[in-house]
Amino acid sequence: MFNYGDVLETINMVEKEHLDIRTVTMGISLLPCICGTAEKTAQKVYDTVCKKAENIVKVTGELSREYGIPIVNKRVSVTPAALICAPFADKSYLIGKALDNAAKELGIDFLGGYSALVHKGMADYEKQFISSIPEVLADTERLCSSVNIGSSKSGINMDAVKLMGEIIKKTAAITADKDGFGCAKLVVFCNAVEDNPFMAGAFHGVGESGTVINVGVSGPGVVQHAIESIPDADLSELAETIKRTAFKITRAGQLIAKEAAKRLNAEFGIVDLSLAPTPTRGDSVAQILEEMGLESVGTHGTTACLAMLNDAVKKGGVMASSRVGGLSGAFIPVSEDIGMIEAAERGSLCIDKLEAMTAVCSVGLDMIAVPGDTTAATISAIIADEAAIGMINNKTTAVRIIPAPDKKVGDSVNFGGLLGRAPIIPVHNESSEKFIKRGGLIPAPIHSNKN
Amino acid sequence: MHAVVTVVGKDKTGIIAKISAFLAERGVNILDISQTILQDYFAMIMLVDLSGSDTGLSELADECAEMGKKIGMSVHVQHEEIFNAMHKV
Repeated sequence: MFNYGDVLETINMVEKEHLDIRTVTMGISLLPCICGTAEKTAQKVYDTVCKKAENIVKVTGELSREYGIPIVNKRVSVTPAALICAPFADKSYLIGKALDNAAKELGIDFLGGYSALVHKGMADYEKQFISSIPEVLADTERLCSSVNIGSSKSGINMDAVKLMGEIIKKTAAITADKDGFGCAKLVVFCNAVEDNPFMAGAFHGVGESGTVINVGVSGPGVVQHAIESIPDADLSELAETIKRTAFKITRAGQLIAKEAAKRLNAEFGIVDLSLAPTPTRGDSVAQILEEMGLESVGTHGTTACLAMLNDAVKKGGVMASSRVGGLSGAFIPVSEDIGMIEAAERGSLCIDKLEAMTAVCSVGLDMIAVPGDTTAATISAIIADEAAIGMINNKTTAVRIIPAPDKKVGDSVNFGGLLGRAPIIPVHNESSEKFIKRGGLIPAPIHSNKN
Repeated sequence: MHAVVTVVGKDKTGIIAKISAFLAERGVNILDISQTILQDYFAMIMLVDLSGSDTGLSELADECAEMGKKIGMSVHVQHEEIFNAMHKV
């Protein structure tokens, strides 16, 4: 029989500390859908996604009730669409539309994989595909897009970096009526992972099997609560407590992932151990860092606290799951985390500090709103900096940035729901134009030569 | 299939009687039961077997939560595996 402490702890985690399974994401290979024409392929894509994921909402609902743990999001990721669209890149939008329609039919909130992998070079069809991203994101509701522009093995494709700066500006411009909302669905990666269940960067890698279930757990609130319970502990004890907490959270994720895979006739892929915040108070990574002893996230010591948190989460999680993957760490999306929003508003969290933080946690500059007059070259340079951190440190980094049209520092943009509200934060005004114009490839670092 | 029923709330007379009658009506067999008062609060954990019941686990969870509201208690029914997973190495 179970003891009171254990049972009540689980119930408190769910009821008071926002423990949830953040996402159950079904990865679906679209490679068998490629056929003669764009129209036929689009139809096959729609049919395949609708058929394979037809029970995802029903099954996750059942699991949530049976195990007493909320499952917040049900999602689908697909093979990078640039590969599917290669024979008819000028009609890529048809595939985008088909995917969005499938997401609506299934009743899921996001579908990821309108993506291209161009970390070493860009074929003409990929260039054409990437050019379609702004219109496709403006015309669709639930489709997410990502582009991988660098890797530790190949270096950074600076031509793609330059192009992505322009694509982000264009996406913001044509979704200006919604404060550049399209950009919230577009991620630029270095070292993108093939089994990430989290949006907007999820896609189903070509090395994956046909249909896979990947689960993203969460629980910043649970970690924060655990730290609160030992206010005078030293940092080694704190790390131990975080590890133990991450273990429990991950075990819940692993259980749900295995059961979901079984009921949905898919393979169990991975559990992603990320601490993903929401704009709700008490569900914030920033508040964990502040609980560790910082007056405000962004001040000196933030990077060290985040490094410790990220590592402890991984250590606890790795022990708990047979397969760990995805991004696995702490997310620091500014607009989706109440503590980050407040720190940015009071000016204690700036883009340079965020960049430093991305060197020690999972992912990168995420959901950051910058002034509408930020140039494409500056955005490209921000992407290049982030990619350099990822490339040199053998980790995933990403940029999801919103140059909010007609907004300036002091304003804010509100996307609602999980995407939250972002204060406009300043960027450096000095030009990076000449650097970005050079193009070419930043070669892979020497330590990537391991063969 | 085994599930864990947890009942927490302000202590009063007849809680166990009401809960066990409710479970018996649905063919749910109680395997183990443990109850205490924690800081003035009634806390009970039951291990139950659903194999003789026509009610599925998710429906039972919904019905018990609803019944709990009526008697002013918080009642959860969860698959036992969630506790095994989270609290046993």
